[in-house]
Amino acid sequence: MSALLHVNNISKRFGGFVALDQIELEVHEGERLGLIGPNGSGKSTLVNCICGTLQNEEGQVYFDGAPMNGLAAHQRTHRGVARSFQLPRPFHSLNLVDNIRVPMLYTVHKRTGPLHADTVDARCIELLRLVGLDHKARQMPRDLTQVEMRKLELARAVAAEPKLLIADESMAGLSHSEIDDILSLLMRLNERGITIILIEHIMSAVMKFSQRLAVLVSGKKVADGKPDDVVRNPEVVRAYLGQ
Amino acid sequence: MSTLKFTLICAFVGAGVWFGGHLFGIGYLFFAGYTILQFIVLSSAWNILGGYCGYVNFGSAAFFALGAYTTVFFYKFYPLPIPVLIVLGAVVSGIVGLGMGYLTLRLRGAFFAIATLAMAVVLQTLVVNWDYVGGSRGAYIVRTESVPVFGFALEYIEYLFLLMMVLAIVSLVASRSIARSQLGFGFATIRDDELAAEASGVPTLRLKLIATTISGALMGMAGAPFPYYIGYLQPASAFGLEYGVNSIAMPIIGGTTSWVGPLIGAILLGSLQQLATVTIPSAVNLLIVGLLLVTFVVIAPNGIVGLVQERLRAWRAK
Amino acid sequence: MDFQFDLFINAVIAGLLLGGFYAAVTVGVSISFGMLDIVNIAHPAFIILGSYIAYFFSANFGVDPIIVSIIALPVFYALGYAIYELYYQSFERRGQESLRGLAFFFGLLFVIEVSLILVFGVDYRYVDAIYIGPTLHLGNFDFPLRMLVPCVTSLIVFGGLQLFVTRTFTGRAIMAVSQDQLALQLMAANPIRIKRIAFGISIATAALAGALLVIIQPVEPSVGREYIGRVFAICVLGGLGSMPGSLVAAMLLGVMESITSTFYGPSWAPAVSFGFLLLTLAFRPAGLFGR
Repeated sequence: MSALLHVNNISKRFGGFVALDQIELEVHEGERLGLIGPNGSGKSTLVNCICGTLQNEEGQVYFDGAPMNGLAAHQRTHRGVARSFQLPRPFHSLNLVDNIRVPMLYTVHKRTGPLHADTVDARCIELLRLVGLDHKARQMPRDLTQVEMRKLELARAVAAEPKLLIADESMAGLSHSEIDDILSLLMRLNERGITIILIEHIMSAVMKFSQRLAVLVSGKKVADGKPDDVVRNPEVVRAYLGQ
Repeated sequence: MSTLKFTLICAFVGAGVWFGGHLFGIGYLFFAGYTILQFIVLSSAWNILGGYCGYVNFGSAAFFALGAYTTVFFYKFYPLPIPVLIVLGAVVSGIVGLGMGYLTLRLRGAFFAIATLAMAVVLQTLVVNWDYVGGSRGAYIVRTESVPVFGFALEYIEYLFLLMMVLAIVSLVASRSIARSQLGFGFATIRDDELAAEASGVPTLRLKLIATTISGALMGMAGAPFPYYIGYLQPASAFGLEYGVNSIAMPIIGGTTSWVGPLIGAILLGSLQQLATVTIPSAVNLLIVGLLLVTFVVIAPNGIVGLVQERLRAWRAK
Repeated sequence: MDFQFDLFINAVIAGLLLGGFYAAVTVGVSISFGMLDIVNIAHPAFIILGSYIAYFFSANFGVDPIIVSIIALPVFYALGYAIYELYYQSFERRGQESLRGLAFFFGLLFVIEVSLILVFGVDYRYVDAIYIGPTLHLGNFDFPLRMLVPCVTSLIVFGGLQLFVTRTFTGRAIMAVSQDQLALQLMAANPIRIKRIAFGISIATAALAGALLVIIQPVEPSVGREYIGRVFAICVLGGLGSMPGSLVAAMLLGVMESITSTFYGPSWAPAVSFGFLLLTLAFRPAGLFGR
């Protein structure tokens, strides 16, 4: 089975600092991949390179069989890659429905052609219902709690109807029940057919969620396999305990 | 309210003002009013890029002057009718806006702002050294005594005022339509969070280029009749301080989040400055504009429109 | 063609001296823009303010302009400290620094310039000092003292600041705050306080740069605006946050301007720096030595 996402030997440097060193990674359709690693190991840089916020210097990113090097972020979103940001970045001057409307107008429309305004509205509300925010549909992002912002962030990413969703540390700083909330949401999204890469520090969530686990340390991939095997990998243990 | 209705209302108001001045022979209305209308165009134009997209343009004077010097350039060949010159001014300024945007909009907003400053100085230096358009000595434009319009003989200043009124209506209709369109929606996402907008599928570079082009074109249009208004065009007056500072101060003081803000800012500040010109030295005039700008930016970031909206919200909440 | 060659060499020398001076003018923006990410386009206005203060005390009390500026340093530092506090409270804290912060500094630039016009008028002002006038002749080559002294002074200041930034705790904290605020907080240093100090230093350098400016050339209030382009061109060309980079860029720009001025006339000089800036932004925004 060919991979949905194939990160082929990509590297990224910032001046003299090597952020990513020949990363090789595959994600298959419908898979739930966990991506972990100590702070500064390059996880966010990898996400940025996959999504187009940054351009990798070497190597190639393949999505759905097609190369993506050189494509701008919005073009990659059109192709089916969506991400949520580590620190939520809502559109402050728009209410929740309008926040969800943006990817719908600019991404989904591109793929399927313009939809009727009422259809768009209905889909936006449905998405907000999925994350449990429909009761705040007409409110502004500043009126949301931390966990609600995270949910909005995920809902907005899902509004682009992606094939691949990258959830970047959506659970940092949340309570146990809030973490379970987000986790079950991600599970439901995966059941709908969305491939998910989960980037997290919270090991319990990662272990519960992932079918496969990849570990980045200092810009290199040091492990990639079944979660139970990976956590017993001595290099991984050293990377985390040595912190 | 539909765009057509809005346009008609504006046209009605504008025509009313013009006829009032014409019938009562208030020449001053036309001279002073011309500058205010000019500022309505400049502030609305600035706001499309600045208020809607969040990209500050310090070089408004340059786009304005480009329109003016396009007129001078063609005048030396053959005096074309002003409406044609307006279109030419729009085209030239629009293209320059597009070009400059293409070079710098991939960078952060701060770099774009600095680049606009740089562009203004480079353009001014080029014009100062270009003898064909008069260089630093300036250029004279000869006006006819009166202009025939639809069979009526209008005084020249009335004719210019009429043209600028049309331009002001065009820019207001344009900025209002944009604000309510999907384009404006996209602009708002760029202003709020460009990275998130890109990630959501918004083609930010393309939208920013559209904004810069429209903004530049409108400013060029405002500048095209200027040589005829002033009669003698010097680089110092075309590239002058007042255009740069006012096209930023007026939208910010009026309120950048809606099309009304630049209108309010232009009328208020414009009138104030017209009144002040006769009473206080122009330097003090500009000082006050600068102080108002700093004060509003710090205390009332959403301008007068923002203050009014807050009042309304508080009143409605009771 | 001996005549042309000598002229060329003298232009280059004048350019290098000018470039050295430009380094002092730019170091403040290197700090505020390069390290603190604050687009203080009013910096040249503060420099002109420094020039006028140096002129005022020099003309009325006969004090050497450089001495005046040294005395003015703490005042400018306090001014910078206060302005940053206002900037932070009004804009940075609310994340609105892009549009409103820029407009703020633009307004400030305006207010300073117009105030100077009101107080001093638009006539050119210049100072007198023992080193203005005489020229050092080495062979066929001229080193006007009125350019040599500012150049040397500015290099000393530049060197001093470079040492400060690399050797002292506060200095390194300033470098750190530009790269990683979080890490700085974990080091138990208050990033806001560090930024206040840094911005204060930035404005303080303007006092000195102003004195040097009025030694090199007569000033009038709108001279500041020419320097906006120069200062940002040098900063961007040298690579933001790289002080040695900006020194090289300053020299480069000084030489280019000097040669253009000598062979094509001074009215083209402003276009050189601003044109350079545009080209750099368009084609190599990371500068020559950028991170």
